[in-house]
Amino acid sequence: MTDIKAEIDVLPGLDPHAPLLEVNNLHVEFRTQYGVARAVNGANFRLAPGETLAILGESGCGKSVTAQAIMGILDSPPGFVTQGEVKYRGTDLLKLPENQRRKMRANHIAMIFQDALSALNPVFTVGYQLGELFRKHRGMSRADAKKRSIELLDQVKIPAAKARIGDYPHQFSGGMRQRVMIAMALALDPEVLIADEPTTALDVTVQAQIMGLLAELQQQRNMGLILITHDMGVVADVADRISVMYAGKVVEEAGVYDIYSRPAHPYAKALLESIPRLDMKGQQLNVIRGLPPALTAIPQGCAFNPRCAYAQDVCRQDPPPPPYAVAPGRTARCHFWRDVIGE
Amino acid sequence: MSDLEAVAAAAGPSGEAPVQPRHKSKTDKPRSLAGDAWIDLRKSKIFWTAAVLVLIIVLMALFPSLFGAGNPRECILARQHGAASGSAILGYDYQGCDVYAKTIYGARNSLQVGLLATLISGVIGLIFGLSAGYFGGWLDAILSRFIDVVLGIPFLLAAIVLAKRLSADPNSNGVLAVTITLGVLGWTTAARIMRSSVIASKNQDYVAAARMLGSGPARLMMRHILPNSTASFIVVLTILLGTNIASEATLSYLGIGLKGDAISWGISISEAGAFVRTAPGPLIWPSIFLAVTVLAFIMLGDAVRDAFDPKLR
Repeated sequence: MTDIKAEIDVLPGLDPHAPLLEVNNLHVEFRTQYGVARAVNGANFRLAPGETLAILGESGCGKSVTAQAIMGILDSPPGFVTQGEVKYRGTDLLKLPENQRRKMRANHIAMIFQDALSALNPVFTVGYQLGELFRKHRGMSRADAKKRSIELLDQVKIPAAKARIGDYPHQFSGGMRQRVMIAMALALDPEVLIADEPTTALDVTVQAQIMGLLAELQQQRNMGLILITHDMGVVADVADRISVMYAGKVVEEAGVYDIYSRPAHPYAKALLESIPRLDMKGQQLNVIRGLPPALTAIPQGCAFNPRCAYAQDVCRQDPPPPPYAVAPGRTARCHFWRDVIGE
Repeated sequence: MSDLEAVAAAAGPSGEAPVQPRHKSKTDKPRSLAGDAWIDLRKSKIFWTAAVLVLIIVLMALFPSLFGAGNPRECILARQHGAASGSAILGYDYQGCDVYAKTIYGARNSLQVGLLATLISGVIGLIFGLSAGYFGGWLDAILSRFIDVVLGIPFLLAAIVLAKRLSADPNSNGVLAVTITLGVLGWTTAARIMRSSVIASKNQDYVAAARMLGSGPARLMMRHILPNSTASFIVVLTILLGTNIASEATLSYLGIGLKGDAISWGISISEAGAFVRTAPGPLIWPSIFLAVTVLAFIMLGDAVRDAFDPKLR
């Protein structure tokens, strides 16, 4: 009980030199009474220690579902992973039995939720919830667990951590709650942290503080960070690489600089053009017309074709565009990526 | 780190957390839900009123002789509906029995039936509601249909059959039979309420977060779902307590409840009902005791529930 990390090291296929986290061809579907919603249709990405990967996309494009599938906390039923691999250091997590998988969570991969108020149990103090982690996973005594909890709250820069440890989640402000959530996720020193829209529920100044804190903690711990967001502004500051998702597929994956300067997929380009800018004052904002497709009825061919300015007949037919290699480490699922990037 | 050392030093050699002074100051922060609830309860007038009433009623049930009542079984027909005299401060009933003594001595059976039957219903309801709500799927379908079936059985008919069957022994006074009958038939509402609040809290983010942090099903259920779904359940149980005490009266009135010379508020109320216009006293007094008891338990349940809900603090 005291050292779960050591226990994990005997996982099948575990290779310390394999990539930290690798998601290959992940498919997730929700079988509902209204039909099968294909939420994730072949997500691919990989994450190295200390790296920040941003997953970017509109609401309902499968970002959060991807995160839940990686964590193994999909609501199942109705959610099912139908294909693909989630490899942690070479071990396919999807093939692990539930009890081993459970030990992986929080110890190796942890997640921060969007709304910290609803993600913290309202009937227990934050000290209790943090301490519980240390007591259950590390076999610490109550006093030690409390000491560690205070230490951790200090690390996430909660003022007067010692005094606030007996407070309930609702007694914290939004930003402080998100810090508590971060502290909980980091309590067991995971190597991978998934942050699912960590700042959406916060106001802008607090957003900057939280992102700064996340970046700082990531650097201290050399963690891999997956940042799920729809906020292009947040991404530009902190991410190393970006995966743009549309209708459950990664349509473009590239370094943050490349994608901002020369997007290769029409969707990524349209997203960038739809950011309001001060120098465009008085002009009509470029928006992406139409809505993302219903996941129960994804269009044939490229899923973006009904909204795409570059679409031609080939885009409306199966098979959908493969991930074209635009540059080393950079892919785009668009037949006409040369035209898009060339402009 | 200096803060930590200070905490460690304060904890002392015993290794325990420093003792919190229990005052109302803002900085005073007990660490457990129960501790906080107690601090809250101590300040609540409703809690103290209810607690004192419950204490009196429990004392009455355990030690009826403390209350200076006469012999409740000494009934002299000559005193029928007589006025108060001596220790019989509430007068006499149709059979010439001391109303005060009967009311005091009736507390034991009424409370026993009410509390135990509610406890049985509570346990069954909790198990059914929690498992149906948490596991969902086919188990939920089966359990929910079973709840519907039990709910569909006409209460009185089932109670008559069950109580009759259970009290086959002519020497028993029927308390156990009535308790089990009421307990086994009365849990459905509680189970349904529990099921729906479990479903509501099951889908909360903090349950997903707890899963994310490696909690297993048992821990999720007991630590995260149960404490967040008991509020309405407790309220239903306090109401059920009153209903049970009253239902015992119904069964006793029909001759299948408490038997022989058993004394209870329910029996007294149903016996006196026929003479309410000529002699209301024997009806009114046990009714007041019944009402106050039920009210006290409802108030207690309310106060406890509020104290255990940190959001209301």
